[in-house]
Amino acid sequence: MSAFSAINEEREIERDEFTPGIEPQATWCPGCGDFGVLKALKQAMPEVGKNPDEVALFTGIGCSGKLNSYFNSYGFHTIHGRSLPVARAAKLANPNLEVIAAGGDGDGYGIGGNHTIHTARENHDMTYIVFNNEIFGLTKGQTSPTSPKGHKSKTQPHGSAKSPIRPLSQQLNAGATYIARTAAVNPNQAKEIIAEAIEHDGFAHIDFLTQCPTWNKDAKHYVPYTDVQQSDEFDFDVSDRAEAAEMMRKTEERLYEGEVLTGRMYIEDERPSYGQEKRQIGEMPEEPLAERYFDEDAEWERTYDNLLEHHK
Amino acid sequence: MTDNELIWRIAGGSGDGIDSTSQNFAKALMWSGLNVFTHRHYPSRIRGGHTYVEVRAKDEPVQSRGDGYNFLLALGDSFARNPQEEAYYGKEELKPLYENFDDLREGGVLLYDEGLLDDEDVDEIGLEEAAEENNWHVVPMDLRGIAKEHGREIMRNTAGIGATAAILDISTDEFEKLIKQNMSGDMQEANLNVLHDAYDAASELDVDHDIEVPEDSHDEEQVILSGSNAISYGAIDEGCRFISGYPMTPWTDVFTIMSQHLPAFGGISEQVEDEIAAAALALGASHAGVKAMSGSSGGGFALMSEPLGLAEMTETPIVLVEAMRAGPSTGMPTKPEQADLEHVLYTSQGDSARVVFAPANIRECYTQTRSAFRIAYEYQIPAIVIYDQKIQGELRNLPASHFDEEPNADPGSVLTEEEIQDAAHHSSGKFQRFLHEPEDGSNVSPRSVPGQKDGRFLATGNEHNPSGHISEDPENRIAQMNRRLNKLDDIRADLDENTSHQTYHGPEDADYGILVWGSQQGTVFEAVDRLNENGHSVKALGVSDMAPYPKEEVSEWLESVDEALVVEMNATAQFRGLTQKELGKYGDKMSSLLKYNGNPFEPAEIVDGFESSIDGEELAASNMKYVPAAGD
Ligand SMILES: Cc1ncc(C[n+]2csc(CCOP(=O)(O)OP(=O)(O)O)c2C)c(N)n1
Ligand code: SF4
Repeated sequence: MSAFSAINEEREIERDEFTPGIEPQATWCPGCGDFGVLKALKQAMPEVGKNPDEVALFTGIGCSGKLNSYFNSYGFHTIHGRSLPVARAAKLANPNLEVIAAGGDGDGYGIGGNHTIHTARENHDMTYIVFNNEIFGLTKGQTSPTSPKGHKSKTQPHGSAKSPIRPLSQQLNAGATYIARTAAVNPNQAKEIIAEAIEHDGFAHIDFLTQCPTWNKDAKHYVPYTDVQQSDEFDFDVSDRAEAAEMMRKTEERLYEGEVLTGRMYIEDERPSYGQEKRQIGEMPEEPLAERYFDEDAEWERTYDNLLEHHK
Repeated sequence: MTDNELIWRIAGGSGDGIDSTSQNFAKALMWSGLNVFTHRHYPSRIRGGHTYVEVRAKDEPVQSRGDGYNFLLALGDSFARNPQEEAYYGKEELKPLYENFDDLREGGVLLYDEGLLDDEDVDEIGLEEAAEENNWHVVPMDLRGIAKEHGREIMRNTAGIGATAAILDISTDEFEKLIKQNMSGDMQEANLNVLHDAYDAASELDVDHDIEVPEDSHDEEQVILSGSNAISYGAIDEGCRFISGYPMTPWTDVFTIMSQHLPAFGGISEQVEDEIAAAALALGASHAGVKAMSGSSGGGFALMSEPLGLAEMTETPIVLVEAMRAGPSTGMPTKPEQADLEHVLYTSQGDSARVVFAPANIRECYTQTRSAFRIAYEYQIPAIVIYDQKIQGELRNLPASHFDEEPNADPGSVLTEEEIQDAAHHSSGKFQRFLHEPEDGSNVSPRSVPGQKDGRFLATGNEHNPSGHISEDPENRIAQMNRRLNKLDDIRADLDENTSHQTYHGPEDADYGILVWGSQQGTVFEAVDRLNENGHSVKALGVSDMAPYPKEEVSEWLESVDEALVVEMNATAQFRGLTQKELGKYGDKMSSLLKYNGNPFEPAEIVDGFESSIDGEELAASNMKYVPAAGD
C-alpha cells in the first residue's frame, strides 16, 4: 500500500476543489492578468484528473508568486527566482507528484534565468508557467527582462537600452520539450495549453502573457491576439525544430510590434524525461524514493556492511 | 619530541601518485598493527607543484600530525621536466627535496630518487651542507631506474616503498598483500618485482639511523578513512538518500563520495548549475519527504544563504556541510582555516534558528553527522556540519565497530495519513502545519508531505499563520517566532541528555585550560599531555556544538580554571568571540593563540604558545599570533 493514497485516487475531479474553502483575501489588483492564470489553472485540473493532494505547486516571489495562496494544493512559495530547483527535487524525490512551478518574468527570466535554462536542458517532467507582464509588479514597476527596449521606469528613466529577452527561443535552445505562449485574456486556450503541458512527459514551458494594469498601463492588453494553430497564415509543424524556431522568432518580434501570437510553439514527444533517463542509467530508483520512508518493510542497509570493506 | 614513532613524508608533484602511495603505506602499517594518521599538503595546482603527505605511526592512537618528521621519501616532480615554452617552472623538479628541508628532524633519513634529479642540480640546493648540519642520512637511489626495468617509471612509487621498508626494517608482507589486492596480471607482477628489487638494493646500503618503528597489535579490526568518508557514511546511515551539489574544494570530497555510493543505496545525487540551486534542491527533496543533504565551501556556502533562511522559515529539515578553506573570497583553495564559523552562524537574514556542529576528527565526523540528521528531521530545522580541509584530507584508523550502529530511516516528525485525518485542519481546507502550540507541548508542529491525503499546506518564506497562509498579524508573528526559536532550547536539552559532543582532556583539577574547536582538537590534546609532562597543570576542552551553544558546560569548565587559552586557525578569534558572546563574560579570562598561514598547528607550537603566554613573553614564532585577554 502506498503511503500516498491521494496519488492513486480515481474519481471525478471538480474545479472547485482547487479553491480554498475560505478564500484568502485577494491581494492582486483589480484587472490583474494573474487572475486569468489562476482561472485557467483551476479549469485544467479536472481535465487532467488531478486532485489537490497530488499536486505540488512551487512559486517564486512577486505578485505572480502569490498564486498558491489562491490555489488549493500542496504549495511552496519559495524565494525569488528559485522555484524551479526546489520543484525539480520534489519531482525526483516523488515522481508520482504532479509538479507545477510558476513565477513572474523577473523571477524566471531575470534572477532565476540560470535555473530556467538548466531545468529545460535537463527536461524534468514538470510544467513551468511564467506570468509575463513585462514589468516587475510587486516591487512597483521596474523594468523587467521582457520590457521592450526604450521602456521607461523609475530605475531606467532614460528608457532601457536593453533588448528584451526571447524566452521561447531561449527555452527551445535550452532543451524544453513543450513550449507554448498563451494569454490571460484567452482562458480557453490557456486552459487547454496548461492541461496539455501537465500531461506532457517532459519539461513544459508556458510563457503566459498577463497584464499589469497598475504599473504597465502603456502595455498592450494582449488583445486582439491570434492563435497560431487556428490561423492559416502560420501553417507550421509544431514538432519540427527549425520551423518552430522560425515561428518563435516571428512571435517574439511581433509582440513588440503590437501583434500578439499565441499557441503551441514546439512539442517534442520522443525525448525521455530526465527522471526516465536517470532511471535508465541506474542513477534513480524505480520506486518513488519518498515512499521508502513510509514503507515498514524497506531495508535500510548499514554502511558497516557495505562501504567499510575497502577501508579495512 | 616524542620517541618511538615514525613520521614518514612522501613528497613529489601533484599527480605523481603521492596520495595513493601514502594511503597504501598507511594501510600497510595499520595492518601490521600500528595506529596511523596522515597529514596532507598540496598546492592549488592540478599537476606538478610541490605536494607531500605525512604518515605518522605509533603504538598508541594518533590524533594529530607530529612536529616535523623523521623520514623523507622525495620522488622528484615529474611534471616539472618538460616546461612548455610559455611556462616557467624554475627549479621545480627539485622542490620535493629542498622544500622539505625545514621540518626534517635531526638524525632523520632522506631518501631521494636520483633517477629523476641531476647531480649538479642537487649540489646547487645545498643538500650536503644541510645534511651535515642536521646529521641526516642521505640515501640517493635510482628508483626510476628500478621501476623502468620492469616496465613503467610510474612504479617508482612502489620502488620508494620497497626501499623505505628495507631502510626501516619493516617486513614487505603487508605491501605485497596490498599489491595483490589492488592489481592483477602483469601490473601486479611488475610491481611485486619492483618492490623486491628496491628492497634488496636498499638493504645492501646498510643505512645506520636511530628511527625505531614501534610494534603493536590492535585487538580489534581496524578501518582507515578520512573525515569526508565519515561524514558521508554518517549521512547514509542516518537515511540520507538525496544529495545535490556543485563542486568546490574541499566540499567536493563529500559530494563525490556521496555521488558514488548513493545510487547503490537507492538514492539520488544531483550535480546542478550552482550552489543556490544545490541548496534549493535539497529543500525540495526534503519537502517531498526524503532525507536530503547539500553543502559547499565558503563562497559556495555564501550562495546558499537565502535557501538556508527559507529552510528556517518553512521549517523544512535539511543538512548542509560547510568544508572550510582559507578565505576571504576564494582565498587559498587548498589550505585549511577555521574562519567560516561566523559565516555559518550568522549568514542569512532575520533571527535565525539553525544547528551547527563542528566535529573535531574522523570519529566525530561520523557521529555528529548522524546527530545533525536526527536533530534536523526531529526538530524541522536546518543543521550544518562545519569541518575543514585538514580533517577532509587526513586519514586515520579506527576500530571498525565504531560504525556498527543501527541505521535510522525515520524522517522525523512526519505524520501518517491516518494521523493527518485526526489532526487539525483550517477552514480553508488546509492542514494546520504550523500550529502555534503543538499538541504534545513541544515546539515542533508535525508535518505532512505532498501526496498525502488531506495534508495540504502552504510552505512559504513569508511569515505565515498555522495553515501556512501569509500573515502579518502581530500576535501570530510573535507566536511563530517564539516557537521556531524555542526549539533551540529543546535541542540543547536533547543533546545534553542524549549525545554530548564536547570532549574533555587532561587532569580535571588543572589550573590552566586550553579551549579548542574543530580540527585543532587532537593537536591541542597532544600539546596538553606534553605540557603536563613539562610540569604545567593544564587541561583542555574541545567544543563541537557551535549552535545551540553548550553554555552550561563551557562556563562550568571556565569557572574551574584560572585562565584559558583559546586555540583556533583564524585571525580574528571567532570562536573565542562566540564563547564570550554566548556566556556574556570571561573576556578577562580568555586569551587567544591564532594561526592563519594556511598550515594547521603542530603540537610543539601550541606548547610554545602556551608557555610564552603564561610567562608573559612575546611569541617567538612569527607564524602565530597571540591576543591577550580583553576584559569583559
Ligand atoms: C533576492 C531578491 N531580490 C529582490 C527581491 C525583491 N523582489 C520581489 S518581487 C521582485 C520582482 C518581481 O517581478 P516579476 O518576477 O516580474 O513578478 P511580478 O510581480 O510582476 O508578478 C523583486 C525584485 C527579492 N524578494 N529577493
Ligand atoms: S501590481 Fe500588477 S502584477 Fe501585481 S497584482 Fe497589481 S496588477 Fe497584478
